[in-house]
Amino acid sequence: MSTSTTEFERHEHDVLVIGAGGAGLRAAIEASADGASVGLVCKSLLGKAHTVMAEGGVAAALGYVEPKDNWKVHFRDTMKGGRYLNQWRMAQLHAMEAPDRVKELEDWGALFDRTADGRILQRNFGGHKYPRLAHVGDRTGLEMIRTLQQHGIHCGMQVYMECTVTRLLVDGDRVRGAFGYWRENGRFVVFHAKAVVLATGGIGRAFRINSNSWECTGDGQALAYLAGAELMDMEFMQFHPTGMVWPPSVRGTLITEGVRGEGGTLRNKDQKRVMFDYIPELYANETASTEEEADRWLRSTGVKLSAAGESSGNPKRTPDLLPRDIVARAIYSEVKAGRGSPHGGVFLDIYSRRSPEDIKRKLPAMYHQFKELGDVDITKESMEVGPTAHYTMGGIRVDPETQESRIKGLFAAGECAAGMHGSNRLGGNSLSDLLVFGRIAGLHAAKYAKSTGTPRLDDAEIEACSREALAPFERAEGPNPFVLHEDLKDKMQTYVGIIRNEGDLKKGLENLGRIGEAVSRVKVDGNRHFNAAWHQAFDMRNMLVVSEAMAQAALLRKESRGGHAREDHPDMDKGHYAKVNIVARKTPTGMHVEEVPYADPPAEIKAVLDEKE
Amino acid sequence: MADKATLKIFRGDKEGGELKSYDVETYPGMVVLDAVHDVQAKQEPSLAVRWNCKAGRCGSCSAEINGRPSLMCMTRMSRFPEGEPITVTPMRSFPVIKDLVTDVSANFAMAKKVPPFKPPPRQADGTYRMQQEDIDRIQEFRKCIECFLCQNVCHVIRDHHSPQFAGPRFLIYLAGLDMHPLDTLDRRELVKDEFKVGLCNITKCCTEVCPEHIHITDNGIIPLKERVADDYYDPVRWLMRKMGGGSGKEKARLPIVDDDVAKTRSATPAAKRGDAE
Repeated sequence: MSTSTTEFERHEHDVLVIGAGGAGLRAAIEASADGASVGLVCKSLLGKAHTVMAEGGVAAALGYVEPKDNWKVHFRDTMKGGRYLNQWRMAQLHAMEAPDRVKELEDWGALFDRTADGRILQRNFGGHKYPRLAHVGDRTGLEMIRTLQQHGIHCGMQVYMECTVTRLLVDGDRVRGAFGYWRENGRFVVFHAKAVVLATGGIGRAFRINSNSWECTGDGQALAYLAGAELMDMEFMQFHPTGMVWPPSVRGTLITEGVRGEGGTLRNKDQKRVMFDYIPELYANETASTEEEADRWLRSTGVKLSAAGESSGNPKRTPDLLPRDIVARAIYSEVKAGRGSPHGGVFLDIYSRRSPEDIKRKLPAMYHQFKELGDVDITKESMEVGPTAHYTMGGIRVDPETQESRIKGLFAAGECAAGMHGSNRLGGNSLSDLLVFGRIAGLHAAKYAKSTGTPRLDDAEIEACSREALAPFERAEGPNPFVLHEDLKDKMQTYVGIIRNEGDLKKGLENLGRIGEAVSRVKVDGNRHFNAAWHQAFDMRNMLVVSEAMAQAALLRKESRGGHAREDHPDMDKGHYAKVNIVARKTPTGMHVEEVPYADPPAEIKAVLDEKE
Repeated sequence: MADKATLKIFRGDKEGGELKSYDVETYPGMVVLDAVHDVQAKQEPSLAVRWNCKAGRCGSCSAEINGRPSLMCMTRMSRFPEGEPITVTPMRSFPVIKDLVTDVSANFAMAKKVPPFKPPPRQADGTYRMQQEDIDRIQEFRKCIECFLCQNVCHVIRDHHSPQFAGPRFLIYLAGLDMHPLDTLDRRELVKDEFKVGLCNITKCCTEVCPEHIHITDNGIIPLKERVADDYYDPVRWLMRKMGGGSGKEKARLPIVDDDVAKTRSATPAAKRGDAE
């Protein structure tokens, strides 16, 4: 008997939020506050999402440390960091609203580190002109998710933990819910909803060396794509410059940019400070050219370096805090030139720069992490660091005002949405992104839900979802999804990694085709009761969709910009590619990738961009 | 130079189970979670284990390793004597769902019982002013990653099954709210009567297992007990409280909690194979 394929639990909501990291929680809070009935689904337990890994801080032009800071400066920094491919309206909304979103967290109990006069302390970060990152030591993400969680559970939302969504339910161009299963027992569940917000985070698990947790498998991007929405800017993958490189067990684990924000510096095996040789023209007039000037700038912003020195004059920024794409490629080049550290990275020193007490106080998690996992005491020795796949700038293409995709009632926010960061995200802008756009998505999802009736479910659609979900158990034989995942990580790392070229990308696509075919034949043993291999089978389907979009878009963009570097097209194009975004969508014959014109900002916004302080 | 280690992992569910042995190849820096993943990928694809960040930040991979409550991702294989098997079992105070995964939903239900933070209006310039030294202690409590290892070792929870008792995790949450410079609610009566702080007998087992090294007992629970005791058993404070002066804070009530935490898990039993049972 196979009647259970149509047996399922059903839950009805105005707004269903998929993903309970910062963006999902913030969306759910907003929609609940607006009176909507909200369901919040997450693959893990509540409060475990990858947001907990965010370390350095949340960027907001509060102006508490540097009164000259304001939204316009933050907007300019963000657009420049993204090399002007950001959806300008999103970058504008983000810069304008981030301060209120951070203050709101204080209203809900968050305790950020304080300035001497008792306000929120802000720290330096790459690409941010002024100290701008509100933070709690190096565990800012944990503070944020816990605050959102502790506030959210009292807002009336229903939380569905350890539940995997395998398909969105759509009626033509309109969303009507989602299909999934409980991880605990494999039972199917149908969420019947007027509006759906996707907030599922990134795709780091597709790479061999990455900083991401197991959940970051591109679920939202894949669900949206399979339902008919578009993906945009997928070629832009952020490789964070500083992941751990040794021991192998923790290769890729994140080391916060806050280490450099607190005065840390990158050195090669000759103990030479690396970044002075890699200052690009775009940042030349705002970056220090000597070590003395760089240190003077750090002191002038309040960093208490252990070596005494000047803090006067009008020093320029340290190149250690250039945007992430530049620093990551600098490390890659140093290692390639044979000037790397013993395990294939470069050195990151904080011990020579700050007192042990300061290090333990400002960077407690880093101290702990290196001590426990790497046998390194960062108050006495250098860290070894190298690039690690960290963040996807690309994602679901959304309307900048509402975060709605081209499917009615389907919204996206946070890392799984595209547009805010252009070709490269500045550190600290993801935590503010998820607050600002989580709220906007929740608001508009609730508004949309109010304006529409409940869509009808379709038994045939649900039946198809159920068949797809059960297929891995039905096959007599087939590949092991864990083995395929190892294969995918290697191929993405090798062919679609930090430095790309046409030949590699084509090889990458061939391999993705092969792995994709194998994933469609995956065989899973055992029952549906918390079955890791079964879960992995769906993660693989999703990662392949997103990986293919990434490789296709990377092949199409014949230039180097932000998180997309082509050794066969090493320069940033000032013409054609400066004015297009790349979009991927599903067609009956497979994935279609095309260029769409970049929407230029209006005159008043151009004026803000051109303004000199 | 592949070295080997043997893991004995609990396989089973709430009906029972057994320890099964698995050999894995070890490598530099390997942690127990790596070894469990290796078993999952190469030997037992259906092996159930929770994990997320693999960096000691999310508190998902709690288990008992050779009987000691630990995060699997922060426990190095090299810590154990060569040649001796390493036993990995689920947290014993929570019902087993499958293998190393336990039902920790009671903690999420407890979280909903705590009346949330309630601030006063902002100052005229739109800020809240707090001195760093006034929040250092609470920031220590807020390092909690909710691994629930403290709840797992707590004698009151483990041996006495007192469902009302908040447990160390939520007592430090309550302590943090009580010490929050901005909070306007007085939860002390609830701490005493509803969350049963008095049941804690300060054996400090929770502090010993905390992977974040939070001084749960010394910095959290003991001061909380003292504050409650002062309020209720110090005659002057008692009188002030009776006369309505007290802390000057608004008295907190338990939030109205429906039973929806139960609904966060499916009520139906596990499906067997792919199709029908």
